[in-house]
Amino acid sequence: MKAVDETATRMLDRLQGERPGDASDWIAGLRRDAVARFAEMGLPNQRIEDWKYTSTKAIAKRDFARPDAAGATADANRIEALRVPDLDAHRLVFINGHYAAALSDGEMTDDAVRVRNLAQVLAEDPDALKDRLADAAPADFSGFTALNTAFAEDGAVIEIAADRRVERPIELLFVSTLRDEAIAAHPRILIDAAHHGEATIIEHYVGMDDPQNLTNAVTEVHLAEGARVAHYRVQRESRKGFHIGSVHVNQAANSRLEQHNVQIGAALCRTDINTALNAEGAETLYNGLYLVNGRQHVDTHTRINHNQPNTTSEEAYRGILDGYARGVFNGRVYVAPHAQKTAAYQSNDNLLLSGKAEIDTKPELEIYADDVVCTHGATVGQLDTRALFYLRSRGVDHETARGLLLYAFAEAAIERMGVEPLRNWLQGFVIEELPHADRLQEFV
Amino acid sequence: MTEPMLKITNLHAKAEDAEILRGLNLEVNAGEVHAIMGPNGSGKSTLAHILAGRDDYEVTEGSVTYKGQDLLEMEPEERAHEGVFLAFQYPVEIPGVNNIYLLKSAVNAKRKHQGLGEIDSVDFLTDVKQKMKLMGMDESFLKRSVNEGFSGGEKKRNEVFQMMVLEPGLCVMDETDSGLDIDALKIVAQGVEQMRSPDRAIVLVTHYQRLLDHIQPDRVHVLARGQVLKSGDKQLAHELEEHGYDWIRYEEAESA
Repeated sequence: MKAVDETATRMLDRLQGERPGDASDWIAGLRRDAVARFAEMGLPNQRIEDWKYTSTKAIAKRDFARPDAAGATADANRIEALRVPDLDAHRLVFINGHYAAALSDGEMTDDAVRVRNLAQVLAEDPDALKDRLADAAPADFSGFTALNTAFAEDGAVIEIAADRRVERPIELLFVSTLRDEAIAAHPRILIDAAHHGEATIIEHYVGMDDPQNLTNAVTEVHLAEGARVAHYRVQRESRKGFHIGSVHVNQAANSRLEQHNVQIGAALCRTDINTALNAEGAETLYNGLYLVNGRQHVDTHTRINHNQPNTTSEEAYRGILDGYARGVFNGRVYVAPHAQKTAAYQSNDNLLLSGKAEIDTKPELEIYADDVVCTHGATVGQLDTRALFYLRSRGVDHETARGLLLYAFAEAAIERMGVEPLRNWLQGFVIEELPHADRLQEFV
Repeated sequence: MTEPMLKITNLHAKAEDAEILRGLNLEVNAGEVHAIMGPNGSGKSTLAHILAGRDDYEVTEGSVTYKGQDLLEMEPEERAHEGVFLAFQYPVEIPGVNNIYLLKSAVNAKRKHQGLGEIDSVDFLTDVKQKMKLMGMDESFLKRSVNEGFSGGEKKRNEVFQMMVLEPGLCVMDETDSGLDIDALKIVAQGVEQMRSPDRAIVLVTHYQRLLDHIQPDRVHVLARGQVLKSGDKQLAHELEEHGYDWIRYEEAESA
């Protein structure tokens, strides 16, 4: 196949081979089309407006191998230590993109939910995914989405039954490990909630032993009428690794999505969160937190399409950047001409802790209806000196007061998260990252 | 004669390039309550913040001593440890930082400075609960974040409550009465009256006379253009109420 550039050719060559679902004409066709799309598109470059501030050159110059399923093992105790403590969840564990049955709670089927790993569904019942896989996420959304669609081997399929509430959260733990050569995993997650179904799903990406791997994940979410899903994405990959992730959501009438996006790890991280509010009464909450330092680069592009009247979105992203870290936030809100009574609120607040840290933040509002309430605001700054003075005037020393305010800044995002063990763990995690962690512990 | 608890001599201060305090003199003895009144822009809030150590203001001349020590040399936290307390006009919200933990840490920081060990948790909680009751505050307050989601009145009460728990030597209250309804005003006034003590000085910064209906000051000072223009007993506050601040300015002009 002739590809747009050498990198694309090399990546395609490297990824050849059999994959689950190949026996299905439908899946094979999907993959073939996606390969063709990737060959045309290649990896995104900075001439593309949406990738203006994020270079993929560091990814292009590496030669990522395809991990084999046999290597999907790891020490159970070490995996346990990576989990969110005290979280009572149904868990699937993936090692370098492959489902690790021995480390997981296994398939789950009850009257509220069916949870399976993708490879199994592709092998046994691929046609069940028709019209659902690669529906919310078009293969040509970006070169990375095309790659994922072409080469996804595993991941999760979560089906929530109508009028049922899934009591325990579902935790998908994706562990990237150190192998002889750097590898690329393309996990794919499909979440399908029938009408008035409810669930909490946590995607948790973590690196072990500092690998220089690439994770390129795609999540698709379908919310039928009245469905309510809280979707968490917690990214703490290796500081030498690369993480590309996109979430694509279609929402029907009166459905509600909560999307919590925590970005802590990776040398380079890019997430795209896209939601289409396709019927009246649909609402969505985007809550984001990124904490980066050193030479980390974190880029978040969000999009909310208000396609019908009486839809609501609220978006709040917060970031703390230190060292030479670079952040990008681009929040696009589209309101269709007839989508009257739309309410859309967006904010992006950033703290820059060093003179070398940098953030490019941009709201992008495209509003074609006239009876709407849309607000946006972005702040970039240092700590609030009034608050610093307030704490010091109560006898708290300067350094501790500073740490407390950093914590408080992050906490405003953390406190929106409904899963208490996750909240507690993130709070502890944030404190550990701050100077004088021991002193801060006393206050929370 | 013993030294005043707070002694301000010829204090000049500026913010950016604007001179705000222009030779202010004030002495407050232990056991006394002083009210500092003045129109907007007279420098009274600046004075309150300078006493607590806010570094947005530059002191260009003069001195401030507290219990004979040079207050201006101290960091804000040192002043707190020494017993200076500012009740803020606009208390700041700090999400995630628990009220009770901040308070306990403040008490312990002060105790450490005094060479004392950490306070016993049970004693602390008993004391806190009793004082909350006096301030008409619900116990759920303790578990909430500092000032987060508090109404204006709750924030002011929380300031007075913190002051009661910290038992400072010098209380500076910056317009604690502003924005309060009459019931909240009475509770705040009761709290302040409760704090009156022979070894404590209280400075009330206020724009209006109404707080002084409930707290009897020993002295009233009128500030204008960064100086104390007139001092007197509580009768002065009544005269101000009757004639307004223009009356002082007029008197000043007459005597000039």
